Amino acid sequence: MSMFEDPFDPRSLLARCSCGGDHRAADHARLTAQAVPSPAGEEAQWNRVVDAAVLRATFPVDAQRRRFLKTVGSATALAAISSVFPLAAAREAFAQGGAPEKKDLKVGFIPITCATPIIMAHPMGFYSKQGLNVEVVKTAGWAVIRDKSLAKEYDAAHMLSPMPLAISLGIGSNPVPWTMPAIENINGQAITLAIKHKDKRNPKDWKGFRFAVPFDYSMHNYLLRYYVAEHGLDPDKDISIRSVPPPEMVANLRADNIDGYLGPDPFNQRAVYDGIGFIHLLTRELWDGHPCCAFTVSKEFASQNPNAYRALLKAIIDATAYASKAENRKEIAKAIAPQNYLNQPETVLEQILTGTYADGLGAVKKDPNRIDFDPFPWNQFAVWILSQMKRWGQLKADIDYAKVAAEVYLATDTAGMMKEMGLTPPDPSKKSIVVMGKPFDAAKPDEYVKSFAIRRS
Amino acid sequence: MPSLGKSLGVRAALLSLLIFAAIVALWQIAAQPVAGSGPAVDPEYAKLVGAAAATGAKSAMPTPADIGATIWKHLADPFYVRGSNDKGIGIQLAYSLGRVLLGFALAALVAVPLGFVIGMSPLVYRALDPFIQILKPVSPLAWMPLALYTIKDSAISSIFVIFICSVWPMLINTAFGVASVRREWLNVARTLEVGPLRTAFRVILPAAAPTIMTGMRISIGIAWLVIVAAEMLVGGTGIGYFVWNEWNNLSIANIVTAILLIGLVGLLLDQALARLARLVTYPE
Repeated sequence: MSMFEDPFDPRSLLARCSCGGDHRAADHARLTAQAVPSPAGEEAQWNRVVDAAVLRATFPVDAQRRRFLKTVGSATALAAISSVFPLAAAREAFAQGGAPEKKDLKVGFIPITCATPIIMAHPMGFYSKQGLNVEVVKTAGWAVIRDKSLAKEYDAAHMLSPMPLAISLGIGSNPVPWTMPAIENINGQAITLAIKHKDKRNPKDWKGFRFAVPFDYSMHNYLLRYYVAEHGLDPDKDISIRSVPPPEMVANLRADNIDGYLGPDPFNQRAVYDGIGFIHLLTRELWDGHPCCAFTVSKEFASQNPNAYRALLKAIIDATAYASKAENRKEIAKAIAPQNYLNQPETVLEQILTGTYADGLGAVKKDPNRIDFDPFPWNQFAVWILSQMKRWGQLKADIDYAKVAAEVYLATDTAGMMKEMGLTPPDPSKKSIVVMGKPFDAAKPDEYVKSFAIRRS
Repeated sequence: MPSLGKSLGVRAALLSLLIFAAIVALWQIAAQPVAGSGPAVDPEYAKLVGAAAATGAKSAMPTPADIGATIWKHLADPFYVRGSNDKGIGIQLAYSLGRVLLGFALAALVAVPLGFVIGMSPLVYRALDPFIQILKPVSPLAWMPLALYTIKDSAISSIFVIFICSVWPMLINTAFGVASVRREWLNVARTLEVGPLRTAFRVILPAAAPTIMTGMRISIGIAWLVIVAAEMLVGGTGIGYFVWNEWNNLSIANIVTAILLIGLVGLLLDQALARLARLVTYPE
């Protein structure tokens, strides 16, 4: 409960977790999750949190602050700081949750089902519920969404979950601190092959195949590489993988420019709908519960507009929670099918979201977990992604995996927000990752990379 | 011989109609859905896929009748707005036209004066020639990543791309037009002791105007070609975005509609500049 101790007490330490609590940043979510403030003392407690934040900003060095407080006394210090900083106003703003600094926001998205929570929050009113006027802008490709986000044309954007890591590390762009407070979807991708390959279901027969993935820094790329490598094919030598924007995948498959793709929906199901391809496997068969797309903001936006950021994140978590319930999926399919959003036949979206789908070879399959929605940005996900960047030579330098993961994947923020909204955040340390039967230990990423026979590093 | 000219016109129009009818007929025949060779599928599966896939075939090309219906649907309601990503085709065309005209106007503002200087001074001409020769053949879209990176605004970037692609023909034609003004006319001006500024405006400009207008006509054609590609890349608004959005939905009928309208607008732009060119042409 030290988050709520008196910051004007010269004995207290403020420079541990960024929340002011007496714990490490990594433990923040779990520990504060239990710290349910008593209703009576709640206001006083939040006031102290605000005071602590202001005081910490004034005296970043803990020793200085304590010396100052000892010398002048806490009452004088309070008065002195109040005279230059409107503490009362800050307390009040925080107590009300604070009006968003910016109400008219632009959020970019790529028209794929991964972006469902970001998109549906518009027609279904999740943004307006938080007092935001959000415009969701359809964008042509990942490179464009990255550049428009970096150019601050978008306040927040739908990205592939490896992208904020790549942007923060400066791989494939200038390094800009980028954060990912929420995952959009888990699972929900598939390997689609052209109909003519319907008898080549064993990846060992795929030598010389031309595959498409949406982007170099995508789960799709890493999962496809992992899959073929497990079957003994070198993804850089035995097959070719090119980066193709998702909407163009079906057209390319039809034109016989590619043999298949590991791509996002609706374009797997769309290939089936148009009789061009069949679904070889769903990515959940490789790694059940893998992350895919993400909701991202720049660190700058989050720190300059804390209230707008909180409201936006709340809307996204709210929408994600709604989307994760199977009974809402048909309604969602209807909401996101029009031209303004995904611009797809409703039946295609319904098959993807409900998991009762045509496989392209004449069978109807049922898999209710074909796509699911779970906002929690597990740091283990980030470490796995970084390990694959390393494995395939995208990441050359040695990095502190855990540190980068914690800086970009804001598990703490999300947990706090989930708690505020009456949801139960999971224990951030408890996440097991198993990809194609092989467990991954997030504490030993380098050993994991070295355990693969086919790798570039 | 007006009668022959008229009959030639009528015959040409008839031939055009015949060609059009032949294309439509061939298309109609070619686009007939082919029955799939695959096995008949069960009704539950058929409900989940498109009509063609249910019979084991790929979805077919739309017929001219489908296209006609789609065109009519768009022309009946060209200016609707149903959210920021769904606007009528008239609005999309207006966005594209706005970008093209703005980029084109900026290019004219730069290219005509600069072309004048280049055309009048052999020194400047020689000095700038290598730059022009290297930059001219660069595909305008190659500028896009650079523009997005440096300008950091996608709307201005697409206008910049229009600017950079329409500046060269105007620049070169202006320089050429100015440089090839007849020596006698300049000599006459000099004999009459006309000042240099006055010479530029009263002798050189009118003499070079037809060549400059030809450059402008080439430029606007290129600008209109490029805007579609630029908008497909950047997205947001414009006819190029419309094409991309319908490509997302594999809706060939909508794309063909857009192609026809793009062609029509391009024709109108070209005709407008041709008319302007006729205005400044002088008989010798």
